[in-house]
Amino acid sequence: MKRTGAQIIWESLVREGVKYVFGYPGGAILPAYDAMLDYPIHHVLVRHEQGGTHMADGYARAGGGVGVAMATSGPGATNMITGIATAQMDSSPIVCITGQVPSKLVGYDAFQETDVTGITLPITKHNYLVTDVRDIQHTIREAFYIARTGRPGPVLVDITKDAQQASADFEPDTSPIRLPGYRPDLRPLTADMHTAAELIREAERPLILAGHGVLMSGAMRELREFAERTRTPVAMTLLGIGCLPASHPLNLGMMGMHGEAWVNNAIQQADLLLAFGMRFDDRVTGNTKTYAPNAKKIHIEIDPSEVNKNVKVDVALIGDLRETLGQLLPHLGHCDHSEWLEYIDEMKGDTAVRDIQSLPDSGHLYAAHVINDLWRFTRGEALVVTDVGQHQMWEAQYYKHETPHSHITSGGLGTMGFALPAAIGAKFARPEAEVWAVAGDGGFQMTAAELATAAQENLKVNVAIINNGYLGMVRQWQEFFYERRYAATPMRSPDFVKLAEAHGLTGIRVTERSQIEAAVRQAEDTQGTVVIDFRVEQEDSVYPMVPAGADLHAMIRRPKPSVLAETAADR
Amino acid sequence: MRHTLVALVEDKPGVLNRVASLFRRRAFNIESLTVGHTERPGVSRMTIVIDSDQTSAHRVTAHLYTLVNVIQVDDLAEKPAVNRDLALVKVRAEGDSRARLLRVVDETRAHIVDTSATTVTLEITGEPEHLDLVIGRLQPFGVVEMVRTGLVAMARGDVAMRPPNGGYSNHAAVPLD
Repeated sequence: MKRTGAQIIWESLVREGVKYVFGYPGGAILPAYDAMLDYPIHHVLVRHEQGGTHMADGYARAGGGVGVAMATSGPGATNMITGIATAQMDSSPIVCITGQVPSKLVGYDAFQETDVTGITLPITKHNYLVTDVRDIQHTIREAFYIARTGRPGPVLVDITKDAQQASADFEPDTSPIRLPGYRPDLRPLTADMHTAAELIREAERPLILAGHGVLMSGAMRELREFAERTRTPVAMTLLGIGCLPASHPLNLGMMGMHGEAWVNNAIQQADLLLAFGMRFDDRVTGNTKTYAPNAKKIHIEIDPSEVNKNVKVDVALIGDLRETLGQLLPHLGHCDHSEWLEYIDEMKGDTAVRDIQSLPDSGHLYAAHVINDLWRFTRGEALVVTDVGQHQMWEAQYYKHETPHSHITSGGLGTMGFALPAAIGAKFARPEAEVWAVAGDGGFQMTAAELATAAQENLKVNVAIINNGYLGMVRQWQEFFYERRYAATPMRSPDFVKLAEAHGLTGIRVTERSQIEAAVRQAEDTQGTVVIDFRVEQEDSVYPMVPAGADLHAMIRRPKPSVLAETAADR
Repeated sequence: MRHTLVALVEDKPGVLNRVASLFRRRAFNIESLTVGHTERPGVSRMTIVIDSDQTSAHRVTAHLYTLVNVIQVDDLAEKPAVNRDLALVKVRAEGDSRARLLRVVDETRAHIVDTSATTVTLEITGEPEHLDLVIGRLQPFGVVEMVRTGLVAMARGDVAMRPPNGGYSNHAAVPLD
């Protein structure tokens, strides 16, 4: 049967199981949009193509499968860049389809022409320029295959307008995909497996570093079994949060720059680190020269280029984490590390006393209290999508995630503006979930236009703006490292309640801790999207903190509550 | 030290750009890069010379494998190999010096590929060090123009670079120095 290239795009997407496309039309992608109406795919009209890519990303991370974003050539495509780079850094499977000027005009600086495959080359897992209608089907099949297999990531397919308009014979292709240079199916060497098992048996102070790979490979059960059988404590990266229930006795919580001091100290004193699907990012290692100096290191990782990249390891097991742990477990007996576990517990010291949760309600609204109360009043069951900055760290510290895929955030790229559109995407993937976007006043305004998308789609997400009138994390760095010279961090924002109302949505303002519960309840009970403007303490800082590049054990601890109360009173 | 990486790649548009972009992005300096056909249609062979330590060479090899179009990578610094570079050198050759130049040509296995009244163009093939030496001897005559192709290399003996049949080694799992 004859099909136009535009029809083949949608035929291919339907065959990949795509239900939603987050996009924005324009000249070079118009043939595809015209054909869209005949196919059972729901198109979500975004307000900016960056929002579209974040939605596809949030959709994928919430468990919806490969997320799809669509845009036209030139500015449509370049607006996607931030979202693509975000997905690349956090290994999120998305496919971006962009229109391109007709092939005869490619290279002649035509209207809205840009070299999008050239621009996205270093920030995609792979990309394609398609100029022939006969290449569309197999290219889209390859794109989805590459995006979701191995270490997942974004793939961009740029399709010229004439290829969309031309017709070709179309038969659904179900042949195996042949990519001679692509090997997503690596397996560890048997000898390495034995070496790893021996190191694990010999260890006295082992510690698991659990990353995003646990969630992406679906190795939650294997991780738990490993930890329980060998009595090994688990520290998580920011993106690993949720891979083991927060309440699990072996779960130490988050490591790294804003992890608890005793967690980082445990890493520094361990004699064996088991890195599961994580990549020793500088935000979790601090100074690599002094990182875990006495520990042997076993790295289970699907991407060989991550091995020995940031931290040299003793054994690398290359392959899918779930499969590899499954093969490793039979070689491991029960261990008892009670001495080590007790020691870690002792290291907590006065942490609980210093914690802001111990601070009595003084009439000031602390962001950490907001997050903690949000956790309580949502029973810890919400799917929380955070933006980037102080609130992101407080969320990681104080929202106790019990289930996998209930915490979504931009970790590697640290993309402000991520939360709202990613939350919208997540809601499409998990309509039954209570989805909260938590953002700062700065990050929220970067993609606030997507409120209109939520309104048009009658979509229910709740937005908590942690509004401190500053670009808070930058302000904190200025306070700590730049002598409190607050260059360009004070920020005046619009009235967020009125902004919500202007979109036909509900806005609520909270200025005292006592109002939090009612606001959260109202948000939960309201049909449409609700925006809550939490006016929090302006010059609050995230503790503890490892300054960038410093030794992991050299942390800035939380001030004692008495000190904190005094400084709050001063302001 | 100098590493000669040989990469078999799919002969597809943009592959050279992908490989070159990777070296740029990961801050590796390319000394020379050549691309050419192989015994198999659809497969091109790149020879990339970089000056780096062993760890970095392993790192860049692993990164090369992340490119979908890269089929196989080999580091020839780790094994005996035939290395060849080719240079064309146009040398000033007038009056007395012409005869002296021809003696140098004789002694160095250079070939004369073009002549004019005032110049001689030479072709020199061999190990890069051989080329350095010959070019050094030509300098006093006055080099008018020079070009080198960059290195091509092949492992010695009966081993051959073949795309693996499902058996791809975990190169990066080897403990590094």
